[in-house]
Amino acid sequence: MISIQQLTKTFGKLTALDQISTELPDSTCLALIGPNGSGKTTLAKSILGIVHPDKGQIIYKGKNIIGDFAFKSSIGYMPQIGRYPENMTIGQILDMIKDIRGEKHLDEDLSDAFSLNKLLHKTMRSLSGGTTQKVSAALAFLFNPEVLMLDEPTAGLDPVAQGILKEKILLEKSKGKLIVITSHILSELDDLVSAVLYMQEGKLLFNKTIEQLREQTGQVRLSSAIAQIMQSNPIS
Amino acid sequence: MKKIIKYIIADILRSKIIIGYAVLLLMISLTVFNLQPSSGKGLLSLISIVLIIVPLISIIFSTIYIYNSREFIELMVSQPIKRKTIWLSFYMGISAAMSLAFVIGVGLPVMIYSCNAIGILLIIVGVLQTLTFISIAMLAAVYSKDKARGIGIGVLIWLYFCLIFDGFVLFLLFQFQDYQIDKLALILTGLNPIDISRILLLLKMDASALMGYTGAVFRASMGSQAGTLAGIVDLLAWIVIPLWLSLRKFRKKDL
Repeated sequence: MISIQQLTKTFGKLTALDQISTELPDSTCLALIGPNGSGKTTLAKSILGIVHPDKGQIIYKGKNIIGDFAFKSSIGYMPQIGRYPENMTIGQILDMIKDIRGEKHLDEDLSDAFSLNKLLHKTMRSLSGGTTQKVSAALAFLFNPEVLMLDEPTAGLDPVAQGILKEKILLEKSKGKLIVITSHILSELDDLVSAVLYMQEGKLLFNKTIEQLREQTGQVRLSSAIAQIMQSNPIS
Repeated sequence: MKKIIKYIIADILRSKIIIGYAVLLLMISLTVFNLQPSSGKGLLSLISIVLIIVPLISIIFSTIYIYNSREFIELMVSQPIKRKTIWLSFYMGISAAMSLAFVIGVGLPVMIYSCNAIGILLIIVGVLQTLTFISIAMLAAVYSKDKARGIGIGVLIWLYFCLIFDGFVLFLLFQFQDYQIDKLALILTGLNPIDISRILLLLKMDASALMGYTGAVFRASMGSQAGTLAGIVDLLAWIVIPLWLSLRKFRKKDL
């Protein structure tokens, strides 16, 4: 479980995160949604330690993890646009990360399912966007992390690969992991997520389970439920 | 850390630019030594060329490399690795690759044609120059998010140290020629890594007679062993201080 307390981050005059306090429980697949520029990526990057928050704490297993690099061994990150050293091949990238991490318990389900083994000799420069996303996904799941942060995971993937990834996400959730997905495509989140964290202009509007949302709005589909909430609470 | 350095060096060597740099230096060195009748004169020409090209290529290549590695740095930061380790690995990886290119391009010919104390000093100073300008490049790269601006800053810094600074010092010396400002000139020189390298080398070459009164001042203060040592310490400070400042910034930086 990750507990976020009073997290604030400003970029100059822009307040990207405004006193965010919430909890991300285990065994959850959480959708982090909101309009462009609402602070989703900043929140995800703060948890990852890529962005340094100005104030507040992020507590994981009783420890504040801001500025703590060791915590990252229990987190897997799939960036929105994964870009890698262009001259390296897929095989070299995978070997490099394995070599640097030096961990033994590897989860190679995804690289097997995506048949990355056949592409190991290809350089990153020559890859299509979708194949690059496959590499990112395989890397995120590779070390069996307890927390997974997936930024627009299915964008650019073909339907078969999307299906594989979704299955993998559900499997990991059933193992008790916390999975945070940032996405704009609400329809694809329907069968995946069990909770929704909605952000707007750096503020957290709500963090509710899917059941609560359905009850509140009477809508079954996530996209309709969110749309209804947005219409009933117009924020100027 | 060793592993990351290894991968960075492998990545740089694969890009072939660094090989082109080594070949360019090698061609210049061989041309210079074969054109000049004596190896001493060849070395003198080589010093002038090395002190212009090495800083330029070092600063531009490293700035571009750091910007192009932005995603790679992000990938590393999301792994359980200290930011300090990542940044210093980058520094050492770039430094190792560029110093190697310098040693092959200039070091080898010098060893063949003019293997003496001054030749060895040229190799040491050249490597120190490389390390200095990579360090300055990393400082420029960490402070500017925009790639074009970062590279622009790099080129400006090079231009400043190579041309503008000398013009400024000359202006000062002419304006204050009625006063005794040799100490000031000495301190000013220490503020420019290219100047200090040039003086370190020229004083060893007996070419300082050509530098007039200032040359005599420099000869008196820097021609000695202690002076050479002070010059090298000054160059080391030029390596450590920008690198330390860039590291301090990188540890708190939002990527």
